[in-house]
Amino acid sequence: MSGHPRKDFEQPKSFKFTPANMKLIETHIAKYPKGKQASAVMPLLDIAQNQNDDWIPEAAMEEIGHILDMPRIKVFEVATFYTMYNLQPKGKHYLQVCTTTPCWLAGSADMVKACEKHLGIKMGETTPDGSFTLSEVECLGACVNAPVIQRNGDDLYEDLTPENVVRVLDTLKSGKKPAHGSQAGRTTSMGVKGATCLHEQAEKCGIKKWYQGHHGQRPRLDNRGSQKIRVTRSWRRRVSDRDEMVVYAQRVKRWASELPCYQCR
Amino acid sequence: MPKESKDGRPSYLVINADESEPGTCKDRDIIRHEPHKLVEGALLASFAMGAHACYIYIRGEFYYEAVALQKAIDEAYAAGLLGKNAAGSGWDFELYLHRGAGAYICGEETALLNSLEGKKGFPRNKPPFPAGAGLYACPTTVNNVETISVVPEILRRGGAWFGGIGREKNRGTKVFCISGHVNNRCNVEEAMSIPLKELIEKHGGGVRGGWDNLLAVIPGGSSTRLITKEISETVLMDFDSLRAVNSGLGTAAVIVMDKSTDIVYAIARLARFYWHESCGQCTPCREGTGWMYRIMQRMVRGEANLEEIDMLLDIGSEIEGHTICAHGDASAWPIQGLIKHFRPEMERRILEYRKQIAA
Repeated sequence: MSGHPRKDFEQPKSFKFTPANMKLIETHIAKYPKGKQASAVMPLLDIAQNQNDDWIPEAAMEEIGHILDMPRIKVFEVATFYTMYNLQPKGKHYLQVCTTTPCWLAGSADMVKACEKHLGIKMGETTPDGSFTLSEVECLGACVNAPVIQRNGDDLYEDLTPENVVRVLDTLKSGKKPAHGSQAGRTTSMGVKGATCLHEQAEKCGIKKWYQGHHGQRPRLDNRGSQKIRVTRSWRRRVSDRDEMVVYAQRVKRWASELPCYQCR
Repeated sequence: MPKESKDGRPSYLVINADESEPGTCKDRDIIRHEPHKLVEGALLASFAMGAHACYIYIRGEFYYEAVALQKAIDEAYAAGLLGKNAAGSGWDFELYLHRGAGAYICGEETALLNSLEGKKGFPRNKPPFPAGAGLYACPTTVNNVETISVVPEILRRGGAWFGGIGREKNRGTKVFCISGHVNNRCNVEEAMSIPLKELIEKHGGGVRGGWDNLLAVIPGGSSTRLITKEISETVLMDFDSLRAVNSGLGTAAVIVMDKSTDIVYAIARLARFYWHESCGQCTPCREGTGWMYRIMQRMVRGEANLEEIDMLLDIGSEIEGHTICAHGDASAWPIQGLIKHFRPEMERRILEYRKQIAA
């Protein structure tokens, strides 16, 4: 539960969505049946949060209530229920550290200490220059790549250690965006020692190297979840990698279908 | 779910991609690497159940996964595989993506439906079951990503193929997430009924410091009761075998803990998770999870009475079965597992703490 907003800062008097965002809002409302436009409250809150420096003012909730024809209190209820909606300003980089058991087993406690020492703040605090906010979060769903830190609700930095977390923080400090995903250089959730199955098929297909991970910049969707995807150069590169992977997967499937047993033993 | 609704209400398929169980990250991999499987499965499943619309509820934290999935959906629309006359089948089918915003409870099917309707994620009383009155009070089926994604493969190869994997009553393949103290943490798709030891040794690269260094395993995500090394030697990773040892397959997220683990803290941290994620609708769960967490916190230091171990069990049994959804039950099970297998350790801490105080 994210709870009620603090009272020690000023709420803006009014809030208006930008024309571009209004268009986006229409596409979101169109996803749901007629008369059920209230379903779009979650995407709208998300859009408001993106437009307003990663937090949702009360005026935005009122505006959303008008757009969706629902009582303001219903919007407020939703905004206070979900933890990803920030109801107060946060640091520029809002870092949420997972400390739930799988991350803790993988050493999140040491990583947290390293973060606190490097930033000079404790959990739940913001640096004086307002660039970093550190907070604890419950399971982020990347337990195989534990420990993880989430930045501003979408970038996950995985496989962190007290050493490489400092590197990530320094990159952020210098104004650059570190590559999200595994910081230990491994391919998503594949083991550090490589794939543990389908070796035989990979060899038969003549592909020795399993699909390597890509941790480069991926295109950021304008206001996330939009129908249109800006195709950037890096994304194109990624797509071609994916095609390679698909071709590979098809080959593997063909080989697998010829094998007597599904399992690759 | 009725094949055809008599009063003209539409049917819906809702796919649950709100994967938040600690230890679990299988759907994330399916979505980011093979979203096409999910899209195809959604079309096939919707056609089978007579649904013209399907919503995928993806967890809010999975931003890049949502991007990948949205891209796959857009591609499918562009290729005419979705939309009007989907894939040339004569069936109209719309597939939508809905992002959540970080609530564990929305993984419960009725809470997910409430969230999709734009309300707080409170689980609903059952009956009516979603099959009768689910999303917008229309017949709805809620299914997991893994279930839907495997549909195309089963249809392609036939039920006999899928039914030939695993043992009786526990057929098919499963994605296992191996996390914790293993040498090679990974996600792997394996046959059901694979022995836990083999799973850890073959894919997990063995327990850190060797098999003898194993203390306990949580075999199916945080909600299942932990099992000790002795049980782990022989148990098979399937529904029946794990139920027989008083645990469960759950999401098949194997959390391995070696002997260096402070097992009481590990479970206390899970108790905190359940306390944090309780939606607050039912009193036993809202209050009980907090009680259990606070008692567990003291148990870590040993600052408790011996009777409080039984009290924990009592609170657990009072929550279990007295709440609308299974969150209450799930919060009690890890603690029950701990007390069943590690009661002497808890007692030792309490006695040690008393000695310290007396000295």
